[in-house]
Amino acid sequence: MTQDSQPMLEIRQVSKNFGGLTAVKEVNLSINKGEIFALLGGSGCGKTTLLRMLAGFEIPSAGAIFIDGEDISQIPPHKRPVNMMFQSYALFPHMSVAQNVAFGLKQEKNKLSKPEIAKKVLELLTLVRMQDFAQRKPDQLSGGQRQRVALARSLAKKPKVLLLDEPMGALDKKLRSQMQLEVVDIIESVGVTCVMVTHDQEEAMTMANRISVMHDGEIMQVGTPSEIYEFPNSRHTAEFIGSVNIFDATVTQLEADYTRLSCADLHVPIQVEAGVNAPLGSSLGIAVRPEKITMSQVKPELTDNWLTGMVEDIAYLGGHSVYYVKLASGKRVMTIGTNNDRHEQKVTWEDTVYLYWSITSAVVLYR
Amino acid sequence: MGKKVSSLGKTYLTLGFIFLYLPILILIIFSFNESKLVTVWGGFSTKWYGELLNDKQMLGAAWMSFKIAFLAASSAVVLGTMASIVMVRMGKFKGKAAFASMITAPLVMPEVITGLSLLLLFVAMAQTIGWPAGRGMLTILIAHVTFCTAFVAVVVSSRLREMDVSLEEAARDLGAPPWKVFFLVTLPIIAPALVSGWLLAFTLSLDDLVIASFVSGPGSTTLPMVVYSSVRLGLSPKINALATIIVLLATTGVLTAWWLARRVETQSVNLPTGDS
Repeated sequence: MTQDSQPMLEIRQVSKNFGGLTAVKEVNLSINKGEIFALLGGSGCGKTTLLRMLAGFEIPSAGAIFIDGEDISQIPPHKRPVNMMFQSYALFPHMSVAQNVAFGLKQEKNKLSKPEIAKKVLELLTLVRMQDFAQRKPDQLSGGQRQRVALARSLAKKPKVLLLDEPMGALDKKLRSQMQLEVVDIIESVGVTCVMVTHDQEEAMTMANRISVMHDGEIMQVGTPSEIYEFPNSRHTAEFIGSVNIFDATVTQLEADYTRLSCADLHVPIQVEAGVNAPLGSSLGIAVRPEKITMSQVKPELTDNWLTGMVEDIAYLGGHSVYYVKLASGKRVMTIGTNNDRHEQKVTWEDTVYLYWSITSAVVLYR
Repeated sequence: MGKKVSSLGKTYLTLGFIFLYLPILILIIFSFNESKLVTVWGGFSTKWYGELLNDKQMLGAAWMSFKIAFLAASSAVVLGTMASIVMVRMGKFKGKAAFASMITAPLVMPEVITGLSLLLLFVAMAQTIGWPAGRGMLTILIAHVTFCTAFVAVVVSSRLREMDVSLEEAARDLGAPPWKVFFLVTLPIIAPALVSGWLLAFTLSLDDLVIASFVSGPGSTTLPMVVYSSVRLGLSPKINALATIIVLLATTGVLTAWWLARRVETQSVNLPTGDS
């Protein structure tokens, strides 16, 4: 990474209480210049409260927020070098598209002249490919068009940090995936630092360079999309991002380059690469993603990491199918099979199958 | 749209409209009555309009009523909007529920009680601080502002509650200080409610007889008071003529407002799609 040494946005020990409830608990984050950062979490996890504190609509109960090295925690929203794109877009219904985009420019202290503002508005509308709609009113636009206008409006004042609140929340599914890439392109071409809030993990993984998973007002994990997916550090993160099988296991053999664990669901031990940071006899969670599990109708010649069960359910999804395999212990294990043959469905309901995975596939979860 | 209304539907509609407008129609017809007796048709004539123009007392009262209604409605819109903003936007504060119910209380208060209490207040104030010195147009105006504010507050606060708060937040976010947010964003969006609040207050003030009777003084007679007292002495067809003029003014006002609103609407729809 070739970033400036000083982060563009720094959140230090920020907490927010509403009455007796703690919405955000001692959050620390630092976000680099030009980065697209996603706050990901379910509803009520505090992500929106955190975003509203960045915008200035809420004042932190404790801690401080720095933008470009300056403490902005107590600065009112209209004086912050931060602009927000609202979930509902919040376009002013009584103004045209051009007037909406010009609104922020007209509020500046050293106001530009009228022709300069008009020129800038046209530039911004061209950037989001809405230059032909400048005179329309917001209620004459489609959802995707409104979003582009809202994006142009929030970029107009060249904010140091751009905030996106559930940016695709108001769009239908098909438009969503198209707009995700388009919005990222625009943000990257402008080079603005961006913090977005979303509950949709796919959206976060598509759009963001880094993701922070939030739960109950706390940050569970921060990392790139693949770090969060492949190396979850807690059961919550593993379960929130994608699908996962988690086995409760006990450490039985501890070596420098591998660890063996016993699990009630398997007849053989589970083996994971490298030693774990826990003593013998301690119980841990072992997470295996469904696509890392291979399914076979022949018993594998392995000493570790395999189990057997009966196919209970198959969800056919076109490109691939999800198989739910019921073990003797009653646990259900999920695995994915690619449908690369049009005619043959090798495995069907009630079949006895063997599932196995490699030593590098499983992730150890300490909490 | 474009669906044909059944004949039964048409009958219902006609009956409804007859119920609403027949009395007014009869009033207008009888304003052109030749006869001095209000209920007996004596041929067509416009003489009562002429007589009305010469009746200085009635014209004076009408002018007084319009002045009071205009001022009361305007002040009520300002006060009512201020109250609504505190109620809807300022968050929680101690005694909010009590204030919210108290602001609507004048709506359900019998007018007799409102009138009497205001009269007692004005008398007491005149005795202790010497203001208002006597009862007249000022006291009627104050009384009308009192109850009109309640009506405006109800209309405006419901509109404010419906309005998306993120619009105001967006304006702040884009750099507008709170007072500018109010004038550039909130006010234009709630403007329809202010207009209907003003019209409601204007009508209520113009219409009021009971409260005005309590707080008026010599030389400040409103139109309803004149009409009411002349009815007791025997109805003159002049009043029909006056009522017809008021109906005409009101209809013109409503039609103009509708026409303007429609023109704005069609204008925004027919905007060039951008090749300009």
